[in-house]
Amino acid sequence: MSTDVTTPAHDPAATHDPWADALEREVNVYEPHKVGLPPIGDYLRELWGRREFAFELARTRLRTQNYGTVFGMTWLVLSPLMLGLVYFLLVSIIRGGHRPEGFLAHLLGCIFAYYLFSDAVRPASRSVVGGGRLINNTAFPRSLLPLAAVGTSFMRFLPTLPVLAVILVATGRPIDANVLWGIPIIVEILLLTAGVSMFFAALQVYFRDLGNFLPYLMRMWLYTSPILWLVDQVPEQHQWLVYLNPLAPMLAAWSDAVTAGTAPHPAWLIGGLAWGIVALVAGGLFFISREREFAVRL
Amino acid sequence: MATPAPDVPKAIKVEHVSITYQTALQGKQTLVGTLSRLRRRRKIVKEIRAVRDVSFEVPRGSVLGIIGHNGAGKSTLVRAMAGILPPTEGRIEVHGRVSTLLALGVGFDRKLTGRQNVVLGGLASGLSRAELADKYDEIVAFAELEEFMDLPMRTYSSGMQSRLAFAVAVTMAPDILLIDEALSTGDARFKRKSFNKMRELCSADRTIVIVSHAMKSMRELCDEVIWLHKGQIKMYGPPQKVIKAYSKFFSIDVDEDPAEEDVVSEEDV
Repeated sequence: MSTDVTTPAHDPAATHDPWADALEREVNVYEPHKVGLPPIGDYLRELWGRREFAFELARTRLRTQNYGTVFGMTWLVLSPLMLGLVYFLLVSIIRGGHRPEGFLAHLLGCIFAYYLFSDAVRPASRSVVGGGRLINNTAFPRSLLPLAAVGTSFMRFLPTLPVLAVILVATGRPIDANVLWGIPIIVEILLLTAGVSMFFAALQVYFRDLGNFLPYLMRMWLYTSPILWLVDQVPEQHQWLVYLNPLAPMLAAWSDAVTAGTAPHPAWLIGGLAWGIVALVAGGLFFISREREFAVRL
Repeated sequence: MATPAPDVPKAIKVEHVSITYQTALQGKQTLVGTLSRLRRRRKIVKEIRAVRDVSFEVPRGSVLGIIGHNGAGKSTLVRAMAGILPPTEGRIEVHGRVSTLLALGVGFDRKLTGRQNVVLGGLASGLSRAELADKYDEIVAFAELEEFMDLPMRTYSSGMQSRLAFAVAVTMAPDILLIDEALSTGDARFKRKSFNKMRELCSADRTIVIVSHAMKSMRELCDEVIWLHKGQIKMYGPPQKVIKAYSKFFSIDVDEDPAEEDVVSEEDV
C-alpha cells in the first residue's frame, strides 16, 4: 500500500533521469478504423487488465440496490420465489390440479436460473446508453459495462442456491453428486447471458426504444423455455424445436441435474455449450466492432 | 518558459488527423423512427467535419494550449488524444499514461456516492486499487469534500462536482494530462488553488494539453499555443503571439461577440 512501491516512475521528486524510462512507458496509437474489429488480442488483454472495474461496478450496483443489508438480501430471494409460486398456482389451475412429479422443484429451480439470465440482460441493455458520461470521458473497453451487469446478476443468483437446496429437501428430492452438473450448466448460461447482454447493449445505442420492446421479448423467452413445462412433454417428433431456443437445452439439463437428481442428457449439455459459445462470440464481436463509435453516438 | 530542445522525446504525435462523425438530426434514434424513415426513404444524419488535417507534436514535459471559439473542434481533438474518439484519418501516437479532465467532469452515475464514483472512474481509466487507495485521501483533501464523499453525487452542487473532477485528475499523477475547459472551477478561493496546482504541474516534468477560454492563464501556463479555427490549425506558436492574433481576429469579426467573451476570459482566474 506504499506510494513509493507502486508509483516510483511518476514521482516528480525522484532523482532518476526523467527520460530514462521512455521505453518502458505505455504507448498508445490511435488510428482510423472502418466498421471492423480492433486487434482482438490487444483488446482482450486490455479487458483483462481492467477487470477490477467490472467487479467493482457489479458490487457497487448490487449495494446501491439496497442488497447490502440482510433485509435487502431477503428480497433478492423472495421475489423469484414468489414469482415461482404464482406460476405454480397458474399452471396448477390450467392443468386442473394435475402436475408432473416434482414439478414445484423444477419450476422454482428453473425460475432462479432464468432470473440469472433476464436480470442481466435488462440492465445490460441500458448500460452503454446510461454510461454516457464515463464513455465520453474515459478510454476503456466498453464491453466491461454489460459484463458488469452480468456480474451483478450472478451475485444476485448465488443467494438463491441455498434456498433452492431447502426447497429440494422439503419436496423430497435427493441431493447427490449429480448436482455438480449444475456448475458447467451455470457456466453455459453465463456465456449465453454475456453474449446476449453485449448484443442488446450495443443495439440500444442505435435503437433507443429497444427498452420498450425488450420486456416482451424476455417474457416470450420465459414461456418458450422449459420452465412452466417439461421437455418430456414435447412430442418426440418436435423435440428438435427445443434446440432453437438457446436457453432451452441449458434449462432442460439444469432441471435434470439439480431438480431431478439425474445425470443430464449429453445432447442438452452439448447443445447448450454450442449455443453459449455462439452467443458469446457473436454478441461480443458485434459489440466490439461497434464500441469505438459509441462516444459520438451518445 | 523556453521551447524545449528538439531532441526531447515527443509525448504526443498527431499526424494529419481528421475527425468526421455523423450525428442524427433527430435527437435520438429509435427502432420505430428508423422503420418509418425507411418507408419514406429519407436520411437524417448530418456529417460533421470537426477536425481537418491537423498535425502537431507535443514534446515531453511541455504545456500546449488549444484555443479557438466554440465548435472549432478543440474538444473533439482532445478526446481523440485521450483515445475516446478514433480519428477518421491520420494517426495519433501517445506515449505515457493519460489522465483526462474533460468538460463532462468526474462521475458517471449521479446515484452513486462521490467515493464510489472516484473509485469506479479510477479503475476504468486503468489505475490499480492500490494506487487509488494511496491517493484517495489526497483527492478528498484537495477537493475539500471530506463530509460529502459518502453522499450520492446528485446532491453535489456543480462547483463541488468540478472540484472533485479537478482533484482526481491532478492527483493521479499521470504522464500526460488533458484538460478541457476546466481551469476555472469552483469559487474564487478554489480557482486560485487550482491555478496554483496547475502552475506547479506545468513547471514539473509533465506533459499537459489545456483547452481553455481563459486567455490570461493560458498565456501564463503554456509553452506553445494552437489556434484551432473550423477544425484547422490557424496558427501555432508562442502563447503571446497566437493569443494576440486570436484576440485581434475576433475584434474584427463582426459576426461574433468578442467583447463579451474577452471580458469573461480575462476575469477567469
